[in-house]
Amino acid sequence: MALRRVPVIPGRTAAGRARPGTAARRIPAGLLAPAGVTAALALLPVGYLAVRSAEAGADAVARTLLRSRTLELAARSLGLAAVVTVLCVAVGVTLAWLVVRSDLPGRRFFGVLAALPLAVPSYVAAYTWVAATGVEGFGGSVLVLTLCSYPYVYLPVAAALRRMDPAMEEVALSLGRGRRGVVLRQLRPSAAAGGLLVAMYVLAEFGAVAIMRFDVFTTQIYTSYRSGFSRTPAAVLGLLLVAITLVIVVAESRTRGRAGYATRGAPARRPPAVRLGVAARAGALAWSAALAGLAVGFPLAGIGYWLADGSSAGADAARLAEAVAATLGVAAAGAVLTTALAVPVGIIAARYRGRTATLLEQSTYVGHSLPGIVMALSLVFFAVRYLPAVYQRWPLLVIAYAVLFMPAAVGAVRASVLQSPPVLEEVARSLGRGPLRAVGEVTLPLALPGVLAGAALVFLTAMKELPATLLLRPTGMDTLATRLWTETGSGAYGAAAPYAALLMLLAAVPGFVLGRRSLEEVP
Amino acid sequence: MSLRRLVAVALIPVALLASACGGDGESFDDDSLVVYSGRNENLVGPLLDRMKAATGLDVQVRYGDSAELAAQILEEGEETRADVFFSQDAGALGALSRHRMLAPIPQEALARVPAEYRGSDGTWVGVSGRSRVIVYDPRTVAAPPKSVFELTDPKWKGKVGWAPTNASFQSFVTAMRVISGEDRARQWLEEMKANGAQTFSSNVNILNAVDEGKLQLGLINHYYWYEKVAERGRNGVPSRLAYLPAGDPGALVNVAGVGMLKASKHPEAARKAVDFLLGTEAQKYFAETTKEYPLISGVPAASGLPPFDSLKGPDVDLARLDSIEQTVALLQDVGLV
Repeated sequence: MALRRVPVIPGRTAAGRARPGTAARRIPAGLLAPAGVTAALALLPVGYLAVRSAEAGADAVARTLLRSRTLELAARSLGLAAVVTVLCVAVGVTLAWLVVRSDLPGRRFFGVLAALPLAVPSYVAAYTWVAATGVEGFGGSVLVLTLCSYPYVYLPVAAALRRMDPAMEEVALSLGRGRRGVVLRQLRPSAAAGGLLVAMYVLAEFGAVAIMRFDVFTTQIYTSYRSGFSRTPAAVLGLLLVAITLVIVVAESRTRGRAGYATRGAPARRPPAVRLGVAARAGALAWSAALAGLAVGFPLAGIGYWLADGSSAGADAARLAEAVAATLGVAAAGAVLTTALAVPVGIIAARYRGRTATLLEQSTYVGHSLPGIVMALSLVFFAVRYLPAVYQRWPLLVIAYAVLFMPAAVGAVRASVLQSPPVLEEVARSLGRGPLRAVGEVTLPLALPGVLAGAALVFLTAMKELPATLLLRPTGMDTLATRLWTETGSGAYGAAAPYAALLMLLAAVPGFVLGRRSLEEVP
Repeated sequence: MSLRRLVAVALIPVALLASACGGDGESFDDDSLVVYSGRNENLVGPLLDRMKAATGLDVQVRYGDSAELAAQILEEGEETRADVFFSQDAGALGALSRHRMLAPIPQEALARVPAEYRGSDGTWVGVSGRSRVIVYDPRTVAAPPKSVFELTDPKWKGKVGWAPTNASFQSFVTAMRVISGEDRARQWLEEMKANGAQTFSSNVNILNAVDEGKLQLGLINHYYWYEKVAERGRNGVPSRLAYLPAGDPGALVNVAGVGMLKASKHPEAARKAVDFLLGTEAQKYFAETTKEYPLISGVPAASGLPPFDSLKGPDVDLARLDSIEQTVALLQDVGLV
């Protein structure tokens, strides 16, 4: 939508290049310095793990790594991440295509619903599924994690589909090729970026898989803390998880590099909606409705059951209000800080090539698959030593959210900067603006809606965060998620229901905004 | 957005930090007694609210998971904000004790609790007891087993739930190692695994699975069942508890306990907090509200529970380093954790 404000320049010279605007230029210091701060912050947990592992000595490290259970669980985690990622890509791409490009009845409705599963905490969904249907193990974990995380793929893919130029497809058709190849090829970067977030999210997941009784790598990390109270094996396992993540991150960036970017302005016209046959329409409608029902309706029904069934039902209104205020406050501050930190890295990732740019971007991802407990303990470690004034105060919790949710924000900034034509920046440069000023005056305003969408995603995710919030919150402060933890921890599901319902309701607001955004310009 | 605004946005984190560091001066409230509680707020919150009067200080409680709070205290080291650590199990207290984070508990407080329910070095003391039990589904099980060793019988194949990562379960395995020997404990674990024991992440999940008819038997702590009955009503909880005879490792009594941090700036108030938890008021609270066993003499258990003496578990220091590490190593060897 923002791109409409820009006069479309006919015969854009940049359009012919594979990655326009990413010449191997020097990154200005004004971008490099803040990006360096972001990267350093994101790498803090890795530093902490290195310190704790180094204390152990090589023997202990080797013992932990070579345990057959360690390898078995690493394989299970990777298998789970692979299956969930593939399913999320399949579901996300199909739904995005149906909503943006087909004549699916009620597609605007389904488009808005498509982002709402983000508002469902995975542990709530998992509990509901286990209690109501008895699914568990690998299958149950795949089911719940796919239903909770396919929006990570849907949102970027829907955005990419929206700005795709129909001319490309027409060229393919005129050459006797099908439409599908061109479309899928252009979707690859956005699907891969969403898939990367899904994969890291699954690797870090603990609550839902524990409820599903499926032991994974994070189970081993939690077990190390819980039995034996030894921080060393946990640290070694954490570093192994970082190494695995690094491999996935590099693989994703290769996908991106080969695919090339379709960075041009808004398409001159919209492609006509693809007309589905009667049977296909009915099938697509049933599938979309079932998806929404399972991902959103089912957990909601579960909470309704808690409310009806538990004697502890009923809530202290003052306490509820306090938790709502605290949740909104820290999550909003987290979204602002995360986005501010992500802007320089996202701009560099979109506009510059070379090792520095790659390293800066990837450093914000490597710690992302670490479970919350590791993140939290690393911040305890650093804050107690170097920033005691913020320890157990809300600023540290806000910093923790920034470390935890940086990749989503960096991805949003990068994608939206990529969408704004670099030629405009070049024009600004030719008029005497410095590189930083050109970005600030031309590109950022164009990218702002996308950047704000990233902030909404962080806001929503931070609201649901539990393990780091438990350890880092100010003493006595409760968020909706920590209250939910307290109530369910003592089996008081009736009392937990209002907190769960409010959490989903509040998280649904940014979810709704994101869903609406995926529909812009959809007729 | 102009350059100036871009820089302003980039400076927000710096500004946030600066505002957090300055201004408020002292980073935490020096006039409060800080309790790190690994026990659930719903269970002990009302009791800890009354602690203020006993200690003469404002009491702030930080709730969390016992093991995670212990890890947090270990990371905090000398800078810990905790004055008192109230733990769900002995293991977390033992970990702090081994890292020399805990101060000695005064002798007169220790003496109120039987020796098997306190740390051998006198740095922590149990305040309430919970018995290991077998929870069973009376709809499908007519006669629950009389010993945990019967659970390896083929008739229970795939029907028993356990939680190998749970601290209370691991204490129970330690007790089995002490009572029946290393070899017997390993054999039991292996036979259980071969008999298709179902692994769960917590006692609560085992209890729920029995109530839902997915399991016939489960190894849990007794009070989880009473909590659930309080929430759902007796008719809403189909399962029943079987207490095992004294001497069986499955009859082990675990404790929730308390320790005082060496680095505490309020040692006097911390001592009063421990005294309060071992006082009649608190012990009655544990008996009546959380349905646990009081550990001081003169306060009876809630009616309906088997008398404490009939459950007498093995005499074993459950928080001892070598014991816990060996138990975890055994569980790892068998491939359970």
